[in-house]
Amino acid sequence: MALYELTIKQLSDLLKNKKASSVEITKEYLERIKKLNPELGCYISVCEDTALEEAAKCQALIDREEDISPLMGIPVAMKDNICTRNIKTTCASKMLHNFIPPYDATVSGKLKDAGTVLLGKLNMDEFAMGSTNETSFFHKVKNPWDFERVPGGSSGGSAAAVSADLSPFSMGSDTGGSIRLPAAFCGVTGMKPTYGTVSRYGLVAFASSLDQIGPISKDVEDLALVLNVITGHDPRDATSLNIEYPDYTKALVNDIKGMKIGVPKEYIGEGISPEVRKSVLEALNILVSLGAEWEECSLPVTEYAIPAYYLISSAEASSNLARFDGVKYGYRAEKFSDLMELYCRTRSEGFGDEVKRRIMLGTYALSSGYYDAYYKKALQVRTIIKKEFDRTFDKYDLIIGPTAPTTAYKFGEKSDNPLEMYLGDIYTVSVNIAGLPGLVVPCGLDQKRLPIGLQLIGKALDEPTLLRVAYAFQQNSEFHKLKPGL
Amino acid sequence: MSDYEIVIGLEIHAELSTESKIFCSCTTQFGGEVNTHCCPVCLGMPGTLPVLNEKVVLYAAKAGLAMNCNIAEYSKQDRKNYFYPDLPKAYQISQFDLPLCSGGYIDIKPGEDTKRIGITRIHIEEDAGKLLHDEWESGSLIDYNRCGVPLIEIVSEPDMRSAEEARLFVESVKAILEYTGVSDCKMQEGSLRADVNLSVRKKGQKEFGTRTEMKNLNSIRSIVRAINAEAERQIEEIEDGGKIVQETRRWDDDKGISYAMRSKEEAHDYRYFPDPDLVPVMLTSEEIQNIKDTLPELPDKRKRMYVKEFGLPEQDAGLITASKHLADFFEEVLKYTKNIKAVSNFILGDLLKCLKEGDLEARDIPFPAQYLGEVVSMVDDGKISNTIAKKVISIMFETKKDPLTIVKEQGLEVVNDESALLETVKKIITSNPQSVADFKNGKDKAFGFLVGQAMKETRGKANPQILNRLLKETLEKL
Amino acid sequence: MKVTVETIKHVAKLSRLDLSEEEILKFAKDMESIVEYVDKLNELDTTDVEPTAHVVPVKNVQRKDEVNPSFERGSILLNAPMEKDGCFKVPRIVE
Repeated sequence: MALYELTIKQLSDLLKNKKASSVEITKEYLERIKKLNPELGCYISVCEDTALEEAAKCQALIDREEDISPLMGIPVAMKDNICTRNIKTTCASKMLHNFIPPYDATVSGKLKDAGTVLLGKLNMDEFAMGSTNETSFFHKVKNPWDFERVPGGSSGGSAAAVSADLSPFSMGSDTGGSIRLPAAFCGVTGMKPTYGTVSRYGLVAFASSLDQIGPISKDVEDLALVLNVITGHDPRDATSLNIEYPDYTKALVNDIKGMKIGVPKEYIGEGISPEVRKSVLEALNILVSLGAEWEECSLPVTEYAIPAYYLISSAEASSNLARFDGVKYGYRAEKFSDLMELYCRTRSEGFGDEVKRRIMLGTYALSSGYYDAYYKKALQVRTIIKKEFDRTFDKYDLIIGPTAPTTAYKFGEKSDNPLEMYLGDIYTVSVNIAGLPGLVVPCGLDQKRLPIGLQLIGKALDEPTLLRVAYAFQQNSEFHKLKPGL
Repeated sequence: MSDYEIVIGLEIHAELSTESKIFCSCTTQFGGEVNTHCCPVCLGMPGTLPVLNEKVVLYAAKAGLAMNCNIAEYSKQDRKNYFYPDLPKAYQISQFDLPLCSGGYIDIKPGEDTKRIGITRIHIEEDAGKLLHDEWESGSLIDYNRCGVPLIEIVSEPDMRSAEEARLFVESVKAILEYTGVSDCKMQEGSLRADVNLSVRKKGQKEFGTRTEMKNLNSIRSIVRAINAEAERQIEEIEDGGKIVQETRRWDDDKGISYAMRSKEEAHDYRYFPDPDLVPVMLTSEEIQNIKDTLPELPDKRKRMYVKEFGLPEQDAGLITASKHLADFFEEVLKYTKNIKAVSNFILGDLLKCLKEGDLEARDIPFPAQYLGEVVSMVDDGKISNTIAKKVISIMFETKKDPLTIVKEQGLEVVNDESALLETVKKIITSNPQSVADFKNGKDKAFGFLVGQAMKETRGKANPQILNRLLKETLEKL
Repeated sequence: MKVTVETIKHVAKLSRLDLSEEEILKFAKDMESIVEYVDKLNELDTTDVEPTAHVVPVKNVQRKDEVNPSFERGSILLNAPMEKDGCFKVPRIVE
């Protein structure tokens, strides 16, 4: 196997045993990026020089140490809405096309301290708004399994990069499914951790009460290794949880006997493609064969999650994106005669259509006369959704279902009708609304050889259960080893 | 004019004297090179997050308790969304419907009776940056040093009915904030500013008239002038048959007039919503009680003590205790002399005058309390006259030298030498024949004039009793 | 609920966005279909339901009042579209 096909764990073993060097590994990835990125479009910026420098530094450390930490010397790529000091961070928007943050996101700093090597910044939907990675200002990202299809979004670049072996793992962000959906469409493993477990400091905010940074990797074991590094209390993020964080690798146990799984009938009923349903049911069979039990449950509030999500996220986004005004950083319109024109032209020229749409909806939802009926109502529905999940977790250890109603669709297929695109989020958004952890593992391919993703949803802070079940699943199946063959 | 009643409400913004800003650890120090007290958080750079400074909650609660407010056990912070270049995030983190403090009052004494001014609420928020307008520049420049400095906004009920009442209210607020150590209230540095809401109505009318707002007045003087000018403008407008437009007006203190600000087409829709990056502030009743128990002595109490213990008239006591620094200074002076009345007189008469002239505040008195004590002692010992004492105080302000040195250097000791004084008396009598004649004809006033002239001649150094006696004797001999 | 062109224009102003006539009509259509979908929320009975602004059961997260060095002015101004004399520059503001 080539170096770029290996998992973090495998690479780390090679490094430990001096069978490969960080510089070699990094070089291979950089070459592969040169070769495939022009077609796939995963990367916005590639940090060739700094990556090799960092790799050399890491290798020097590795040479001195007996035992090295799991991510030492391992390359990583970050979604371009996570601030990286002195490295352009664009959020795939014209508005920030030239923005160089003088600070690292907390997660960026942690990954640096863990000895990772930054390969580059990954493409995404503009300001993380979208589910197909078609709204990037720069270029779209292609699904490695079929270049005519979307990789999913908004962390399209992050998922495609891991899928096409352009990085051993990547960081994405998830506000309504933005890690899980592309992970499913690209056939890789991804996770949105419990809200509050990964610091949001340095993540360019989309919807503050929903955003979380999370990892995308080739398997669950790698996922656990990354979680150990990125989770933790951060005094710079007031919503960060100040609790004991476990060693997530301890959850990687191949034993799920007696696990009770709930499968919401709303998730496998109308709207889901027959192939996706079939895959999900087969995956459940595998879990049953390992000693778990599942039964249908009901989450009747599921259909209300989308309007609630769009109201909450758009309202928060409209406020979070107001700071992009051409005054302190970012794009500024060239022609303007007064302040009002500076604002309006900068923002109209700097933002794409989808971003403008969300800002408009959010402003509307918060404007006087509408606050109670829209925003406040959405917050009340949020309470109901959370309660419904809580009730379900009284009976079940976790919830399992599909990640999306279909597999990856063709470019332009859905983007004319924003409403249809929104419906594709139906299985993922309620997880963000309730702040719960969600993990996606590949569970098969459809007839067109497009990946299908299985979503596991857990109680707040119960990543260990999800990791355990996902690990057992991957120990007893080979879906995650399927590759697009690039 | 007297048919009308003026209705005034004030919103006072006071900067809290914490070391660091409200949501980041940049310094709150005034001054400094532009944009050198900033970081990505207070600059609202993408991805940055606010974390509340615990002292802000403590100070705000202290201020609220000192103004008799209820302190909320649960309060939250909300975003107030609007676009302006001095606001980097395009929203101000403030408090909307659940402020930290509410339902308080301050008592003022505009005349014989006490009047209670209600305080609707006090809430915490962050300050914005500063816009610098250059005469020659085609643009405006922004300095974000002040951005993120913590503020409390104190909103009064529309209970004031005159500029004087407003002045007393602001002085009281200042005093309370100083005494509790919550704000340094340096108005000339902008750490205390007021917005004035004013309307007029015919006496007896129940409904309020339409009100206008004047923002960011940063001196007591401008508050008083603005109120008087606006009341007059509104009354004139109504008398002329016009209508008052609800608007924000800009007060130009140099010109003494207000202008309607360029109308903003949309009334401000701030789209308040709870800030998702911040979590609620919760205080238990025990914690609130603890804060209350640690409140220092407040101005009112100190005033009453001065009346009771020092025997000062209430008005004088009120004037001294209006400023914590002044009251502290006063009490310090009393360590060096027992003549309370004299100290009080010098402070209220001369010290305050010198401060006003130099545009200074009590905290800026440039010499130690001991010096004033020495001045009083010298007067009591007959070393210098009262008149000279006033001069010495003035010189102390200028030179910061101690009074003994000043008196020595400038030869200001009282002249007790009878023969010298007699010379002076004779000189004055000779040069003012008309006054002498007037006095002889029974005009007692002329005597005072002659005394004054003699005093002037000795440049205030004559021993008044001796001078008086000599003049009287000499005149009688004529 | 009808989303009128007036509403779109008003919201655009609040958001500081310039929209062409074409965009206004397109947004009116987009927002209307989304808004109708959103009206769906009214099917749920939320009487006596507390709104959840924060999913995290956290309160009183505060920091000590300590000063740390500020950033160098250079990095503050690094991304400034226009600057002069150490300040950010914008068109003249008339009050």
